[in-house]
Amino acid sequence: MKYKSVFDIIGPIMIGPSSSHTAGAARIGRVARSLFGRKPKYATISFYGSFAKTYRGHGTDVAIVGGILDYDTFDTRIVDALTIAKQEGIEVKMTAEDAITDHPNTARVIIGDDDDKIEVVGISIGGGKIEITELNGFELRLSGNHPALLIVHNDKYGAIAGVANILAKHEINIGHMEVSRKEKGKEALMVIEIDQNADEIIINELNSLPIVQQVVKIHD
Amino acid sequence: MFRNVAELIELAESKNCKISEIMIQQEMDLTGRSREEVLGFMDRNLRVMEEAVMRGITEDVKSHSGLTGGDGKLLQTYIKSGKSLSGELMLDAVSKAMATNEVNAAMGTICATPTAGSAGVVPGTLFALKEKLNPTREQMIEYLFAAGAFGFVVANNASISGAAGGCQAEVGSATGMAAAAIVELAGGSPSQSAEAMAIALKNMLGLVCDPVAGLVEVPCVKRNAMGASNAIVAADMALAGIVSRIPCDEVIDAMYKIGLSMPSALRETALGGLAATPTGRELEAKIFGIPLNEK
Repeated sequence: MKYKSVFDIIGPIMIGPSSSHTAGAARIGRVARSLFGRKPKYATISFYGSFAKTYRGHGTDVAIVGGILDYDTFDTRIVDALTIAKQEGIEVKMTAEDAITDHPNTARVIIGDDDDKIEVVGISIGGGKIEITELNGFELRLSGNHPALLIVHNDKYGAIAGVANILAKHEINIGHMEVSRKEKGKEALMVIEIDQNADEIIINELNSLPIVQQVVKIHD
Repeated sequence: MFRNVAELIELAESKNCKISEIMIQQEMDLTGRSREEVLGFMDRNLRVMEEAVMRGITEDVKSHSGLTGGDGKLLQTYIKSGKSLSGELMLDAVSKAMATNEVNAAMGTICATPTAGSAGVVPGTLFALKEKLNPTREQMIEYLFAAGAFGFVVANNASISGAAGGCQAEVGSATGMAAAAIVELAGGSPSQSAEAMAIALKNMLGLVCDPVAGLVEVPCVKRNAMGASNAIVAADMALAGIVSRIPCDEVIDAMYKIGLSMPSALRETALGGLAATPTGRELEAKIFGIPLNEK
């Protein structure tokens, strides 16, 4: 079931006018920001489907940039997010695409700075709820509603067992898990939604596994 | 965890409790939070709803486009004249539903129920019924859990997104949720709540999402008005003992299938319906300088 909590239905508290096009967009932007881990220097945003047709009227543009600025759905600064981003030196580019996507409310967000960049595809499925469907070319499914670990690793036997062992040792329960790869034997991505928040010790331990390349943590 | 309305009703009947109680218990089980915490979260949502309603019926709210604002307040003045035809409670609900959506259109703070575009129906009906039934704060919180329980089923078995299922998925869902919650607040049984939801949603089937200029304003504000009145009528019918010939779960399934067969022009793209009328296009051109589709 996609909706688990009653507060997915009665909620979120948010700035209008649209839960899918405003609150959902803010959440997609904010997940991208937390995956990147710091304030980016640029953001390139592409809108598809209903997002592309109506983003200006719905405030999707200010909301998604608000999310990239790390604002929550009810943060009134969202209204001025484009101006604030400019003041903070973030270069924002936005385009409306004609391509047909699987979901009518889809956004592709590329944010980065001189050192690094990430590319996130998010869909807004209704009532402010979102899913992340792609990260740096990996297909995945991430709600952003739970603490989660994203682990880039070598596509090799023992990777899952190694990670699961560390989590078990620290009594971290896995709620949902997915593994995807672009090509057999190359780079792979593990997405693990967990019931507890993983602290720095666990992240360091995961990072020390030879098979692991990178660990990103998303908070609840 | 209940998966459909039938299971929800069965749970409430077997435990001899209200639907809201089933939803509260499920949330506690899901999150591991205490009853006080779960009720506290909902109380916060209730406060936001109340503030939006009050703002909408007392202040001169106006959206950036200038398309909406002030109608909730206008209706309050009309109610006070004593000349209303459809009755005070009904019009009060309609006014408060519109007030919420007018605040939403003005980028004010609201609580999505289940979405922002349909955020008026549930609080509108609640704050109108508050005047008649004098519920406790806890009963008002329960109202939201009862509405949430039915919305939960719709969201998981059909859709609450206008872009996916049209307005029937948004205002339609909100109307069904409100109808069911009204029944519970008025002392009806869980199965009467399900009948009210079915009756309300049946009358919203096929409703398209065709916002002028893509804004959550026209016709959204007035669709919330009609949603609120529809919910009260459906609740009264169910409380009178009228049942829906088509069971609630099948109505929800029908709504889902209708949404799937709805063309994209009528699912929140501002390409069809009222958005594509001469006046709709004219308003769009005026607001954005140029029509959205020729950008």
